[in-house]
Amino acid sequence: MRQLLHDLLRSLRDSLRDLAPIVLVVAFFQLAVVRAPLPDLGGMLAGAALVVAGLTLFVRGLEMGLFPIGETMAYGFARKGSVAWLLLFAFALGFGTTIAEPALIAIAEEAATVAAQDGAIAVTEGARANYAYGLRLTVALSVGAAVVLGVVRILKGWPLHGFIMAGYVLVVIMTEIAPPEIIGIAYDSGGVTTSTVTVPLVTALGVGLAQSIRGRNPLLDGFGLIAFASLTPMIFVMGYGMVIG
Amino acid sequence: MLEQLVLAVVNTLFDVAPIVAILLFFQLFVLRRPLPHLKRTLLGFGYVLVGLALFLAGLEKALFPLGRLMAKSLTDPAFIGTAAASWRDYGWVYAFAAAIGFATTVAEPALIAVSIKASEVSGGTITVWGLRTAVAIGVALGIALGSFRIVTGTPLHWYIVAGYVVVVVQTYFAPRTIIPLAYDSGGVTTSTVTVPLVAALGLGLASTVPGRSPLLDGFGLIAFASLFPIMSVMGYAQIGDWRARRAARRRQTRALQDQPF
Repeated sequence: MRQLLHDLLRSLRDSLRDLAPIVLVVAFFQLAVVRAPLPDLGGMLAGAALVVAGLTLFVRGLEMGLFPIGETMAYGFARKGSVAWLLLFAFALGFGTTIAEPALIAIAEEAATVAAQDGAIAVTEGARANYAYGLRLTVALSVGAAVVLGVVRILKGWPLHGFIMAGYVLVVIMTEIAPPEIIGIAYDSGGVTTSTVTVPLVTALGVGLAQSIRGRNPLLDGFGLIAFASLTPMIFVMGYGMVIG
Repeated sequence: MLEQLVLAVVNTLFDVAPIVAILLFFQLFVLRRPLPHLKRTLLGFGYVLVGLALFLAGLEKALFPLGRLMAKSLTDPAFIGTAAASWRDYGWVYAFAAAIGFATTVAEPALIAVSIKASEVSGGTITVWGLRTAVAIGVALGIALGSFRIVTGTPLHWYIVAGYVVVVVQTYFAPRTIIPLAYDSGGVTTSTVTVPLVAALGLGLASTVPGRSPLLDGFGLIAFASLFPIMSVMGYAQIGDWRARRAARRRQTRALQDQPF
């Protein structure tokens, strides 16, 4: 009981420290640069208390739930020895966590508006909805493909940088040929795909796999799945823009 | 207040539901094993769910409105001055961009998760705080430069391609073990805390600066925020490596000097 309380207090202190920079930045710019008083100070303090409590719980849950389950499943698949099931799992994890991602839904809708204004698609509600849905599907497929590719890389022990370099070259080439209005959206979609629940799971999966396969180094081989998941959406979305446009 | 909290928990539940379904399906029907430490794991998932909901509700209540307001008032023509023609007139915008980029990255839960794992796996050679600070510095530089790009209106892909070239060169010189982690940190930086504030800054800036379109130029800041941490994390490892080697050299020379002839 005492140990638990001690742990909780420690993680509470860590969360406070994590949040301090934002509060300082916002307060400094508001008071010293914009020179306006802080509106609704009470509400801000209540919100900050919620953030600290939330972060504390999240980190605790990470170590109790998300990390262990990611690793347990990685060991499970390694013991089972079925590559096909592992790859299917990898795809489902990438696709399933991305298709419902709220940040992606928001970006896809905005992108549809841009496309309609530029005349790439018809200016009707239906055409816009179709375009936005197609974009979401494209990004989700690309993340699924990325996790599959990343898992194959861990199994084979191929070095990561070759893939990333090849990906960059592809991004640069496609930037030249893709329609200009898709480029900003494509670049941004790489950043929004990796959500707060997906990242710990995928990281634990990669590290767990690298630890359970003989001859793999968890630091060299275990990381890198997220790098794939932020690179492939750029390529897929530019491809989508080329096909539609 | 309470209603907002319940709503936040329900929303998070919907976001997390597909993930839980996938995990359960594969664990129970493919691996065919019961969940180990069932109670503990479930409790952990509960913590993550409630924690994330509280976190988001708190941000939405306390920081996002003010952050958005601030991004707007700092990019307002009334603040900058209507005669602002040169990129130099936007000094406070760059400063705010860098500061908010750094601060939001430090609080990013996904980055905390990756740092904990990296520190665990590396046996402590990569520290949680070292990695997070390195990534935050990268995001700060990236967002500041991204704001500069919106102000000057230079094409996005020049910066991205130049950034790629730097990353490629660094990859050849950086210690091998940091490379996958550096590439990963590019993707984790831009998540729940950073994206809303940075997007507000980009859109505010693009609608204030004459000749910019919010739809065409407002995008792209996030790309900067995912590219620059790759460089700063490799840089962090390179500096650590360089200092370790210098210390080793010093010890060696001292050992030589100490030898009696």
